[in-house]
Order: sequence, then structure tokens, then C-alpha cells
Amino acid sequence: MVILWILIAFMILAAIVAVEAKGLLSTVISVGAAGLILSVIFMMLGAPDLAITQVVVEVLCLVLLIRAAVMREDSTLESPPNRFVIAIGLIGCGILLTSVYFAFQSMNGFGQPLMHLADQYLQNGLEKTGAANYVMAVLLDFRAYDTIGEATVIFGSIIGVYAILRKIGKYKHEGNDLNR
Amino acid sequence: MKGMTLIVKQVTKLVIGFILLYSAYIILYGHLSPGGGFVGGVMLACGFILLVLAYGKDFVNSMISDESLKGWDCFGALAFLVLALIGYALGGYFAENFLSKGENYHLISGGFIPIANIAIGIKVGACMAGAFVGLTIFHLSKDTSSESHML
Repeated sequence: MVILWILIAFMILAAIVAVEAKGLLSTVISVGAAGLILSVIFMMLGAPDLAITQVVVEVLCLVLLIRAAVMREDSTLESPPNRFVIAIGLIGCGILLTSVYFAFQSMNGFGQPLMHLADQYLQNGLEKTGAANYVMAVLLDFRAYDTIGEATVIFGSIIGVYAILRKIGKYKHEGNDLNR
Repeated sequence: MKGMTLIVKQVTKLVIGFILLYSAYIILYGHLSPGGGFVGGVMLACGFILLVLAYGKDFVNSMISDESLKGWDCFGALAFLVLALIGYALGGYFAENFLSKGENYHLISGGFIPIANIAIGIKVGACMAGAFVGLTIFHLSKDTSSESHML
């Protein structure tokens, strides 16, 4: 458990560095460090599915960030610290942390969930679905409807990416003088 | 659009087969071990991105074009939906696991879960690769004078 706290402290440190760093590349590297530590924490808590997903998506997002944001132009932002905004942020964080503290007092301990539906999944998952990986049994059998919804969300967002970042109509040519 | 140096190209040539093989393993064995369609699909997209970054857009475009990426994206989503609808037609409710469960802990088990994993893997891989292409390459298509050194 001590290792967990050390890892969490390192993650918070990486997040602070990511916010405070001057260059965009250092920010991206710090975000990558935080994500890697998060995947190690997932692995320690016994969630290998989440750990693999975290690592892979983190790598993809970092490559996308570096290629799409960092290497395009130097967009370091220099702005003086606004005291009012910082004070509002600190007060908001304090209110949030206090309410979270009191909310967690009424919850069960770690590993004892409030809902008992998961127990049913764990007891009957193998014989009802035939899938040895219970995460997949829940994702694609018990909760397949939700998974179809998630696939639809990804599909719609990618259609949005294609629609905004398309080649056709992006640059000025005959019969198209609205775009740049 | 000319890719990176010789070292990167050689390392990519050595590694890309293992990346694609591992992503196929993750997708196919998703119902037995940690992994699944989403993770395997993202790994497929990572292999694609590695190829694009190392060898340039033109080399990859000769194998997989942007249009076929869109096509694979739509194919994966539609395959998953059709699978769920077949369950509705045969079993009575949406996304019913209509195939037989098979023998536990074997590759052919879990009913339609492996097939749905393959569909999701194709869909996620194609759409992540498409997002990469859209975010990084489309804007280079016209004015390559100032930014062509990046790829």
C-alpha cells in the first residue's frame, strides 16, 4: 500500500509539472509519465484489462499530441498569473475536496461495492456466457447494448473528425470562396 | 512525405510484424485473457501510425488508402450492429448471444463474443488510424512548402 501512495504522489507531481512546464513537449512528456504511472496502479489493483487499455491509448494520444500539436508550431503561452482566477480555483478545489471527504465517509470500504449485481456476474459469468475473461463477458454479453452505444459514440466522433478535417473544401478554389 | 531516417525504417521493419501479430492475438483471445477488441484495435492503429511516420504517407497509401479506412470503419460498426440484430431475430432480445457457448477456456467459446471482438477491433483500428490521418496529414495536402519537412 505504501508503494501505491508513492506512485500516486509521483502522478500528482507529473501532473503539476505538466501544467507548469513552459514548452508543449515537456508538458506532453509529463502527461505520458502520469499515464504510465496510472497504468502501473491499475496493474497493482488487479485490473490488467484497464492497464493494457491505459498504456495503449496513452501511447496513441501522445503520438497524436506530438504530431498534431507540438510539432506544428511553437505555441508557448505566456500569460501573467491572474490572482482572482487562482483564488476562485483554490476555493472551488477546497469545496470539492471537503464534500468528497464527507461523501466517502458513508461509502463501503475498498473492494466492498454497494451494488451486488457484480457478484452475480462473477458467480455465473463463465457458465452463462462461456467467456473466461469476465470483463469481456460483461462488455459483450451482459452489457452488449452499452457496448454498441459506445461504438456508436466513437463512430460519430470519427465522422465529426472526417467532416471537419477533410481535404475537400478546405482550401480556396473555384466555386468555393467561403473557406480560407 | 518522405519518412524518417534509415535507422527508423530498419527498426520499423523489424518490429511492425510483432506489433500486428500481438494486436491480432489480443483481439482473438480477448474472451480468454485480458485484452479485447478495443485494445487490439488501438494497437492496430499504432502499427499503422508507426508505418506512416517511418515510411511516409505515400508508401502506406499504396496499401491502405484513406477511403478504405473509412470503409473499414463503417464495416466494423455495421458488422457489430448486424450481429446484435441477428441475436434479436433468433433469440428474442437485442444482442442475445445466439451461438453455442462452446467448451470453456478454448479459443472457440463464448458464443458471438470473439466475432464481436473482431468487428470492434477492425472498427476501432480503422477509426483511430483515420483520426491520425485527419489530424496530421490532411492539412499537408495543399501547401507542402513550409511543412513538408515534418513527414
